Amino acid sequence: MSEVIRLTGIGRSFPADPPVHALAGVDLSIEQGDYVAVVGPSGSGKSTLLNVLGLLDRPDTGSYVLEGTETTRLDDRTRTALRGARIGFVFQSFHLMDYRTVAENVMLGGLYTGLSRAERRARSAAALDRVGVAHRGGFRPTRLSGGERQRVAIARALVGEPALLLCDEPTGNLDSVTTAAVLDLFDELRANGTTLLVITHDDTVAARAGRRIHLQDGRLTAPVGPR
Amino acid sequence: MSRRPAVPLREILGEALSGIGSRPARTALTVLGTVLGIGTLVTTLGVAGTAGNQIAGRFDAATATEVTVTVPVPDSPDSAAPVPWSSLGNLARLNGVTAVTGCARSRAGADLPVRATPLHDPGRVATRHLPVVGTDTAFPAAARAAVSTGRFFDRGHLARRDRVAVLGPQAAEQLGVVRVDNQPAIFVADRAFTVIGILATGGRSDHTLLDSAVFLPWTTAETTVRAGPIDTVLVTTALGAAPLIAAQAPPALNPNDPAALQVTAPPEPDTLRTGVAQDVSGMLLVLGLVSLVVGALGIANVTLVTVLERTAEIGLRRALGAGRRHIAAQFLIESMIVGALGGIVGAAGGILGVVAISVARDWTPVLDGRAAAAAPLAGALVGLLAGLYPAGRAAAMQPVDALRGPS
Repeated sequence: MSEVIRLTGIGRSFPADPPVHALAGVDLSIEQGDYVAVVGPSGSGKSTLLNVLGLLDRPDTGSYVLEGTETTRLDDRTRTALRGARIGFVFQSFHLMDYRTVAENVMLGGLYTGLSRAERRARSAAALDRVGVAHRGGFRPTRLSGGERQRVAIARALVGEPALLLCDEPTGNLDSVTTAAVLDLFDELRANGTTLLVITHDDTVAARAGRRIHLQDGRLTAPVGPR
Repeated sequence: MSRRPAVPLREILGEALSGIGSRPARTALTVLGTVLGIGTLVTTLGVAGTAGNQIAGRFDAATATEVTVTVPVPDSPDSAAPVPWSSLGNLARLNGVTAVTGCARSRAGADLPVRATPLHDPGRVATRHLPVVGTDTAFPAAARAAVSTGRFFDRGHLARRDRVAVLGPQAAEQLGVVRVDNQPAIFVADRAFTVIGILATGGRSDHTLLDSAVFLPWTTAETTVRAGPIDTVLVTTALGAAPLIAAQAPPALNPNDPAALQVTAPPEPDTLRTGVAQDVSGMLLVLGLVSLVVGALGIANVTLVTVLERTAEIGLRRALGAGRRHIAAQFLIESMIVGALGGIVGAAGGILGVVAISVARDWTPVLDGRAAAAAPLAGALVGLLAGLYPAGRAAAMQPVDALRGPS
């Protein structure tokens, strides 16, 4: 299995008095097809780790290699392009645009990576089908249940065929039934070879993952290897 | 791996359009400022053009060729006339002059008692006091007065000092003279004259008094009613020659003292038109520009609010791979479209306004097509300028912060 992500000695601190070390010396390797859960209490650095992995934030120290590319020294434009092309995001609050239809929301996925409109439409239909909400394509997100909305958001993340799907508390706004449906979907995705990294503080979510990483005060404290 | 796929502008445009369409009420209100600004500008330009054209329209070919020279009448009857009858030929010779005539009203300008053949009609005022004017044969041409009945006097009448008269239309009506074939007589200061013609109405608009006058050959008038020297010279010119003739007339008529003569010439239409246009435009144009600035501030304000509201959307787009320029372009295009919409609606409203004003004032609407066509462009430019700051704010947002923003 090829390595998708390799973090070496990643550190990120924020200016405050005293400085907050959100991440300190994090080493992490994720192989293709991995399903990794990052757990930890609030303020442990989970979100910072997700931002660093998603190329939304730049670490102060260490090295982050994404599919063989050292990303910490890339300029903003290249990081943005890389982010759009290789990383899919799933957010706790879905971040769907209420004034666009479900299909249009999903089509946003390939907009900034230069896919043609027809291509995006085809991929959008396929992704909606894959997450099981193809019949909702013409609806506004406001008409959908929470679980359906999150599945739409996952479909949007899949349109770009990312190397890594980053999920930030994907079930934080969902009840247990819809949570189970989303987790089933994650299992399916993983079975099809998608690399997943889920940040959560929900143990039922973490329990479904292939690997669990515990983050405490910006450091990995649990065994990193496969369970 | 630094590939940078180009995002077609069409796609960004689509995103911008759907962003505008998602808030129709707000968009409408935002557009309103530009609508007012552009509408005021188009109306101002249109009304100025229409009014200017209207005034220019009054200076038709007829009035633009009419020159009048007023001659001061000397106090003493014995002093030499400033403009002798013989000098009219000097003016008539000038290039551009089509007709010249002199008018000598009865001395001291007093109207003379005029009556027709005695008729014992108690219901009629027999004697009228009418202006009596001595003139020459060129009068109908120079005064643009047609002869409706009979004829005007000719050189023979002048040379023989015939006691003939031609009546202005109102004078004829007042005296009860309707036909000349029975050679009616009128009595001017108790001297008999034969009426040989009646003028039609509608002569020169600047000498309506002549409608009620009795015209005699000047030679006859001099001897019979002691009409004075020439007090008015009427000139018609070729089209465009009026200003030149106006300048040349005094020295031609009275080389000794040209400054004594007063010349009335039509104002040059061009100067008049621009003068009026500037008067009308000045204030309203400022008003329109002010509304446009206010409209621009409105767009800037609303776009900024929209940017702040859509922070989460901006974060999402950044996460999906949108560069700063994509975000900036989207919001710039949104504000440009809002501005252009305002320009289109404003231009349409402005044109309607001009037409409505023209209908109310019975004018012919005159619109500069370029002004109407440029309005959407001007609106788009206003929108572009207004969108610069909000778009910059949107592009400067850090995706991490933006994703945390309001969703």
